[in-house]
Amino acid sequence: MIDVKHAAPDLAAIQIEGMSRSAFMMRSALAVGAVYGTTMVSPFVRQALAQSGGGDIEILNFALTLEYLEADFYEKSMRLSLDSELLDIATEFGSNEAEHVEALAGTITDLGGTPVEKPTFMFPLKNQASFLKLAQTLEDTGVGAYNGAGPMIESKEILAAAGSIVQIEARHAAAIRLKNKAEPAPAAFDEALEMQAVLDAVKPFIKA
Amino acid sequence: MTESGEPQAGPALDELARDPASRKRFLKMMGGGVAATSAFGILLAACGGDDDGGTTGQAGGSTSTGSMSGDDTTTMEMEAAEGDLEILNYALTLEYLEADFYRKVAEAGLFKGAQLSLLSTFGEHEQQHVETLTGTIESLGGTPATAPETTFPLDDAKAVAELAATVENLGAAAYLGQAGRIQSPEILAAALSIHTVEARHASALNALVGAPYTPEGAFAAPATMEDVLAKVKPFIAA
Repeated sequence: MIDVKHAAPDLAAIQIEGMSRSAFMMRSALAVGAVYGTTMVSPFVRQALAQSGGGDIEILNFALTLEYLEADFYEKSMRLSLDSELLDIATEFGSNEAEHVEALAGTITDLGGTPVEKPTFMFPLKNQASFLKLAQTLEDTGVGAYNGAGPMIESKEILAAAGSIVQIEARHAAAIRLKNKAEPAPAAFDEALEMQAVLDAVKPFIKA
Repeated sequence: MTESGEPQAGPALDELARDPASRKRFLKMMGGGVAATSAFGILLAACGGDDDGGTTGQAGGSTSTGSMSGDDTTTMEMEAAEGDLEILNYALTLEYLEADFYRKVAEAGLFKGAQLSLLSTFGEHEQQHVETLTGTIESLGGTPATAPETTFPLDDAKAVAELAATVENLGAAAYLGQAGRIQSPEILAAALSIHTVEARHASALNALVGAPYTPEGAFAAPATMEDVLAKVKPFIAA
């Protein structure tokens, strides 16, 4: 996709403490793409991006909100007594979502935008069954959200990154569905969701 | 959430490639209430459309027809349409391979029960992808690639399941590799909606063979057209 080594050797060589390698690579790749995409991220351009709201920044913040939600959901699900297989899934998927959060927040900052604050979430999580049911809804919604936003993304690099993330959401969704004894792929074409529909769907989980 | 729409999705998408009105509905469904909805129409017009001799669509260089008067915008759109057609035909070839693979797997009688049902469902999805891609290519004035003759090693259930997983993971990577190259927002929306289905298949099949759901971690890796074609070459007989 984006070859960071060639585009920016200095970036590729850096290891950032406290940030996973893959999240960092993705963030660097996004930043490089953004730089090439806008010719030069001079302060002027950054300001312009911030003022226009920059369509891509808005979409990235939308995605960030969803990733915060998913990451928080898996984190909270650790308090349940899940069977060992589901605990592994929740741990692994939760860490994937946390990496998405890191990459998206970093990219928004690199583009001169301001990452949205992490909302406070509240989930009706009582037991394994409610975990599975909710996980399926959230992951399927995540897939629809990215698929809906994809065609509106202007930067090819950010689109590629969003694609790379949505594929993971789809893999999560299928895995959770299997555990739910549901069809892993319920249709030949995944539905795309409009931003507002997604925000409405997740609203009940956001504590004001 | 998607279950309710499932029964209608297939025929609706099949229709979309042929009927502009249903295409519009499809695009709406795809969340693609994107401003560029009309780009599809522009492309069709620039390519001669399917109503007035759509086969000129691939010509590109031709300036003899009125609809291709050679102004810059039209030329750019023509090039964009050609690039998209190439990608669509590439995707079609992969979908042909997958659909044929699942057909042969079912015929080989290696699986039964839940596993057979899973594989058959995935095969049906691939067939729907074939039909939709074919229709889309035709509606853009292109010529759909012909189905390749395939050959797969189908002796042992475990090896076949592993091959299925390999093929689906490759398919997902192939779509991901093209996402940034597709010009038309509508075609991109369709490709994205297929991409995540391939990813779902890959994840389920990985589970079947004991491989990780997300073998590459939090970010899936794309594959280039060149790499993918090289990897599927052993399965193409003629």
